[in-house]
Amino acid sequence: MESATPPTESLGTTKASRRLSGRTKALLAALAAPLLLASCKVPSFGAYEGASKAGNDTFKLWQGFSIAALVIGLFTLALIVWAALRYRRRGDQIPKQTQYNISLEVIYTVVPIVIVIALFAATVVVQNKVLANPTPNATVNVTAFQWGWKFTYPGHKAYVVGQTTQTPELVMPSNEDVRFNLVSSDVVHGFYVPEFNFSRYAQPGLTNTFTFNIDKPGLYKAQCTQLCGLYHSLMYFNVRVLTPANYKTWLANKDASTSAADAAANDAATGIQTNPHTPTLPTKTDYGVN
Amino acid sequence: MTDLIERPVTAAPIAPAHHGDDHGDDHGHVDHDEHHGPSGLLKWLTSTDHKVIGMNYLVTSVVMLVIGGAFAEIIRAQLVSPTSTLVSLSQYNQLFTMHGSVMIYLFAGPFAFASLANYFVPLQIGAPDMAFPRLNALSYWLYLSGSITMLLGFLVAGGAANFGWVGYAPLTSAANAPGSGADLWIGALMLTGFSAIFSGVNIVATIFYLRAPGMTLFRMPIFTWNLLVVGILILLAFPVLTAGLVMLYCDRHFGTHIFSVQGGGVPLLWQHIFWFWGHPEVYILALPFFGIVSEVIPTMSKKPMFGYKGMVFATLTIAALSLGVWAHHMFTTGAVLLPFFSIMSLLIAVPTGIKIFNWIGSMWGGQLHLNTAMLFSIGFVITFLIGGLTGIYLASPPLDFFTHDTYFVVAHFHSVVIALVLGGMAGIYYWGPKMTGRMLHESWGKASFWFMFIGTQVFTIPAYIVGLHGMPRRMGVYPNNPAWQTLNIWESVGALMLGIGTLLFLVNVVVSWKKPIIAGDNPWDGGGLEWFTSSPPPHHNFVSLPPIRSERPTWDYNHPDAPALGHGKHAGESSNEKAPV
Repeated sequence: MESATPPTESLGTTKASRRLSGRTKALLAALAAPLLLASCKVPSFGAYEGASKAGNDTFKLWQGFSIAALVIGLFTLALIVWAALRYRRRGDQIPKQTQYNISLEVIYTVVPIVIVIALFAATVVVQNKVLANPTPNATVNVTAFQWGWKFTYPGHKAYVVGQTTQTPELVMPSNEDVRFNLVSSDVVHGFYVPEFNFSRYAQPGLTNTFTFNIDKPGLYKAQCTQLCGLYHSLMYFNVRVLTPANYKTWLANKDASTSAADAAANDAATGIQTNPHTPTLPTKTDYGVN
Repeated sequence: MTDLIERPVTAAPIAPAHHGDDHGDDHGHVDHDEHHGPSGLLKWLTSTDHKVIGMNYLVTSVVMLVIGGAFAEIIRAQLVSPTSTLVSLSQYNQLFTMHGSVMIYLFAGPFAFASLANYFVPLQIGAPDMAFPRLNALSYWLYLSGSITMLLGFLVAGGAANFGWVGYAPLTSAANAPGSGADLWIGALMLTGFSAIFSGVNIVATIFYLRAPGMTLFRMPIFTWNLLVVGILILLAFPVLTAGLVMLYCDRHFGTHIFSVQGGGVPLLWQHIFWFWGHPEVYILALPFFGIVSEVIPTMSKKPMFGYKGMVFATLTIAALSLGVWAHHMFTTGAVLLPFFSIMSLLIAVPTGIKIFNWIGSMWGGQLHLNTAMLFSIGFVITFLIGGLTGIYLASPPLDFFTHDTYFVVAHFHSVVIALVLGGMAGIYYWGPKMTGRMLHESWGKASFWFMFIGTQVFTIPAYIVGLHGMPRRMGVYPNNPAWQTLNIWESVGALMLGIGTLLFLVNVVVSWKKPIIAGDNPWDGGGLEWFTSSPPPHHNFVSLPPIRSERPTWDYNHPDAPALGHGKHAGESSNEKAPV
């Protein structure tokens, strides 16, 4: 966000030095506002702050875009409302038939281009952080299916599987780079954890890989975002983030409680699902579970 | 409507109607129609007159708006409670699929590029009809049969299509969508797709070949300019969709595996094909409405279109960019080149911004007639501004990652498309008098406007917020979260207001029909050629034409002392005209 605003402002200055009408001054002030605001506590504009470093970078990008959108939006809205009120019809005389003002048109072409390039630069910086794939401390394979989720832990017998309102729980350690390999065994699903500020499609035949490093242990609600058929609305899961020590304990216990037969069955089921689950229709009270 | 300006009755025909118009000037144009062919129902069924076909399109697409709107009202009623059982989950999936499909394929597209366009492009360029009148009629009948085909889905076993209006593979496969509702959906899209392609051919040919003498490209009204660009975009985009639908049909019935992993196919290919059509389609829908408000705002401000040439270049830029942004719908697939599609999408904000500032420039310093058409136009600009700004977020991949497939996206594109509905209403109030010879009532119109405009914001603003909370789209039931429910109730209130606004419009049509107010030829002191002929225009449109020396020949004719200023192109005018501030 910090990188998004200064170029805009400096260009405004060079433009304004040539034609300092009252209007360009106002425009300048409007463009400088994000900088002033940035020094104060910036509001969240409705988004989650992000439970990871990358999620928080995304959140800051969101704040930067929001400030730019609000400033531009309110400025433009003010022009529209002002024009509508100030110039409403007062008589039958023909107003001046102004059709062109080249310098004005150049300004409102060039300034948006500069703003857009600044927004794009900020986007690329954040995107590279969000999509970084460092060597992981742990790996979770996620398989989405109609209408549930299976989480397996490569090198371990442990796995978690559940569908619709069973709300399977993805367990992962905090403060470690955890790599996810995401795939679908049938149709396209959406793996979305709102508080992580991230989502990815789970697609058949195409594995997506990404990394989370979550700061705060806790329980995060999540669900499928991509329409996947009848029970799309009920394809819930939770993410339980444990401290690394607790995660180790959980994984060891889970390994111990998973029989060799279970693990073998689990391995066999990781391919394309030929026999999809058919959930029973959840009862009305089930809807409130998550 | 009070400042009715009559063309001098002594006006001699300066440039007579041309292009094989065999109907001499000896006919009074008022009773001109009666010399031609059948009347009544048979006329509507058999006509190849662009005005009759335009009216057919207009009425049919407004019926589709009402049907699609009714689906939306059921959806919003369902979502008032998180665990509502008003409709089943299966019915819910059909409803939102058909809501989106009816609104996009059967209302917005045909309304945009075939109803008012059919009626007014020939009038604005001084042509007697479209270039291919029979093809034009075929377009309409393909569209009507496609519409009926799609809606018939509700009557077949298994119900209508239920995989969303985007139909992502492999949810559309024979195994996942076994019913014939899906096949009817595919068939309907092919029918309406060919209808659109034929309309595109017709629009482009008409504009290139049937312009009146003096009507150079840069003297065409912005509405006609936009339709020219839309026609070209249709020809580039729609065949791709049709090809995709053929592939999908083959997958479903002839054992091909184009979109299925099991046979070595690539499901993602559908998304590429669909959005390669789908994003130009957004501008195919939007540009005609941009054109409408570009007519209404200058006319109601008694000014020329500010930055006319900039407006044209902005439209061309939007069209060019729109062909290179499709994968911004696919950022979360992890399989597209993010920076390219991000910068292309962000850049569209620039020409779009130019348009908004040009509309403001057209109002600036004018004499604004804040009637219903103008209110709808201003409402369009404001709502489109909101939809455009939230679109900028979605062009940034990291921000799209957490808003994709949530209600934030739903709110974004509803801001955009409902803005288009407001623009369409502006068009109906502005050009309706030309089409029928009667004014629509202002008081009903203004009531309708305020319901629709406020309803739009009451619907979309809570939707943006609940989307940021993480509520996914296309859910018939949702987690029992009081904050989400409150926001959903507000959304439903907004949807209800939109419904009431639409009903008030329909009431207005009936009232204006029962209690006619005669419009006259040029009730708004408009500048385009359409205002030079009678209301409604005679068969083959014109008895005479004024000299065409700018994009508003009728204005120049009626106000010879008030030409457009700026650009140094008019003798005696300073080229560095001061800003319109």
